Amino acid sequence: MTEQTKIIETIELKKIYGMGDVEVMALNGISIQILAGEFVAVMGPSGSGKSTLMNILGCLDRPSEGRYLLAGEDVSNMSRAELAHIRNQRIGFVFQSFNLLPKMTALENVMLPLIYQRENRLSVHERRQRAEAALESVGLAERAHHLPKELSGGQQQRVAIARALINDPILILADEPTGNLDTRSSLEIMELLHGLNERGVTIVMVTHEADIAAHTRRVIRIRDGRLDSDHHNGGRSEEAKAALRQSLAALSEEAQP
Amino acid sequence: MNFSEVITIAWRSIAANKSRSLLTMLGVIIGVAAVIVMMAVSAGTEATIAEQIQGLGSNLVFINAAMVRMVPGQPPPQGGLVFDDVAAIRDNIKGVAGVSVEQRSTATVKYGNVSLDEITILGTTPDFTTVRDVAVGSGRFINEKEQEQKRKVVVLGSAVAQELFGEADPIGQTINAGNVKLTVIGVLKEKGLVSGTNFDEMIYVPISVVFQKFTPSFFGRVMGDRVRSIYVSVAEGYDMESVIQQIELLLAKRHGVTLEEPDFSIQTQADIISARQSTTASFRTLLAWVAGVSLIVGGIGIMNIMLVSVTERTREIGLRQAVGATPGDIQLQFLVEALMLSLVGGLIGVLAGLGGAVLFGKFSGMRTVVVPYSIALSFTSAALVGIFFGFLPARTAARLDPIEALRHD
Ligand SMILES: Nc1ncnc2c1ncn2[C@@H]1O[C@H](COP(=O)(O)OP(=O)(O)OP(=O)(O)O)[C@@H](O)[C@H]1O
Ligand SMILES: [Mg+2]
Repeated sequence: MTEQTKIIETIELKKIYGMGDVEVMALNGISIQILAGEFVAVMGPSGSGKSTLMNILGCLDRPSEGRYLLAGEDVSNMSRAELAHIRNQRIGFVFQSFNLLPKMTALENVMLPLIYQRENRLSVHERRQRAEAALESVGLAERAHHLPKELSGGQQQRVAIARALINDPILILADEPTGNLDTRSSLEIMELLHGLNERGVTIVMVTHEADIAAHTRRVIRIRDGRLDSDHHNGGRSEEAKAALRQSLAALSEEAQP
Repeated sequence: MNFSEVITIAWRSIAANKSRSLLTMLGVIIGVAAVIVMMAVSAGTEATIAEQIQGLGSNLVFINAAMVRMVPGQPPPQGGLVFDDVAAIRDNIKGVAGVSVEQRSTATVKYGNVSLDEITILGTTPDFTTVRDVAVGSGRFINEKEQEQKRKVVVLGSAVAQELFGEADPIGQTINAGNVKLTVIGVLKEKGLVSGTNFDEMIYVPISVVFQKFTPSFFGRVMGDRVRSIYVSVAEGYDMESVIQQIELLLAKRHGVTLEEPDFSIQTQADIISARQSTTASFRTLLAWVAGVSLIVGGIGIMNIMLVSVTERTREIGLRQAVGATPGDIQLQFLVEALMLSLVGGLIGVLAGLGGAVLFGKFSGMRTVVVPYSIALSFTSAALVGIFFGFLPARTAARLDPIEALRHD
């Protein structure tokens, strides 16, 4: 995929929630384009429509009006089953609250999306290998057989990231992935996401924290369901990553003066 | 999702809540077990009835004396059956293969140092073997002359012979029945239980001897040679109904009563069987209701628990949807889970039913025969209940909106 491929293109997206007589305009005409390989932070005050946008981008929801093209394909009017298939094949989700299934081990959690593959189904053995590789890539190979409750928050989120990666998605959507984590774990998760982005995965991430957003190259701000600003940091990926390393190092020094 | 994945997911979810799953299955377990026990009981009863038909011969006519009320201090009322009716029927009615009459008493039977208490002494006539379809194993049965001359001879039931004599030959030996000495002239072949009467555990003597020696003195004085029942076996090729009509006319005339108010009643084997079958049928209907109702209650239980489970696992459903489960996948998962609950319940129910049929047979004294078809029937019903009552929860789960489901806590 070249740098110029549009992964996300939305045209005048609107989402209207009808609450009896009162209508809530959660999204009021959002048009954005996100290219392959970008790492985008979405910011904005509470209730501005960030999650609503992410849900549509993630094919979990359909817009009330407007169009959404995912990698050139119009998904605005697909059926629930078709959307499920798209989610399975092309999108990885990272949630604020991790959303691991509590009775399954880390490895089983990571393998979960593979159960719902419709074509090119892998054998159980291949799935296991792939899940192990994914866990290894987030640095948790030795925790494969632990239950979520036996893992720290940061570790759980890393398992969730491994799960998001398992189907080689073109897009990773993360709604406040560091919202439940301390500073150190947050930075580690950011480092991990950067690593993925360097390998070519497009990432869109909602965050409230300016210093977390500062680690991305593009920041989109939303206010009252409208695009407020779309700001490119201009920095290259390597620079952002270097800054991240510095923050982590600084954190370690604080811990042991 | 493939088949084994669906099964695995359902099984893990059931196994995660063992005691709850078991309670959920209880209704199905009871329903399935009830179907199996019910069918075992009715099959057992039918087998017993079939054997009775064979054992007694379907050509048997029972004549019973109508109840005669006795007023103390007054002469016994006229009517009822008398011993002479036996000869009258035999001599006057065409199509009668045999007529037999029975008068019972009990006594302690002794031979050497073996003593058996409470043995039924059955006084009867030579036609007994024909009418009751019993065979003589060794020796012979009572003959006409012994009956007329009130000879003190006895034919032993096979069990009595075995207990008194063991392997030795009883023919020609003398036994004591109460204080009467009886000479053994024959032993019956094993016959077993027929209509609640065990022919093997009785001894048989001429009815004249019973009248003379064994009927308690009060009865002897009051009843004379009155008998309670007469058994007529209809010869092959003759119509039962017409034989019965002839007997009715004859007896009415002999007793001086009208057919509208007879002092006797006539039943055929078929009457008795159909009465018995109708009690079996109503018992079976009752159990069928129990089975049906508890299957439905079981189904509702499954539906309830599945709805609770859908609510509890809303977040899981949301997550599965987010990572690619279609509404169809979710629906299938919950449907299979409900089906599995009902099938596992069905399986336990089958085992409980098999055990229940055996125990029921032991404790109720009714015969039970497990019908393989009942296992298939009940198991299939359980599966249908699972699918039927699993449908609503599965659809509820499939219709959950992934976003709301993920937000659920
Ligand atoms: N299911 C719904 N029904 C009705 N209104 C909704 C629904 N979901 C969201 N909204 C409304 O839409 C608007 C945008 O909500 P959204 O969750 O997208 O905000 P957000 O930017 O993610 O906020 P936060 O930062 O608090 O997560 C809010 O006013 C919210 O009340
Ligand atoms: Mg939000």
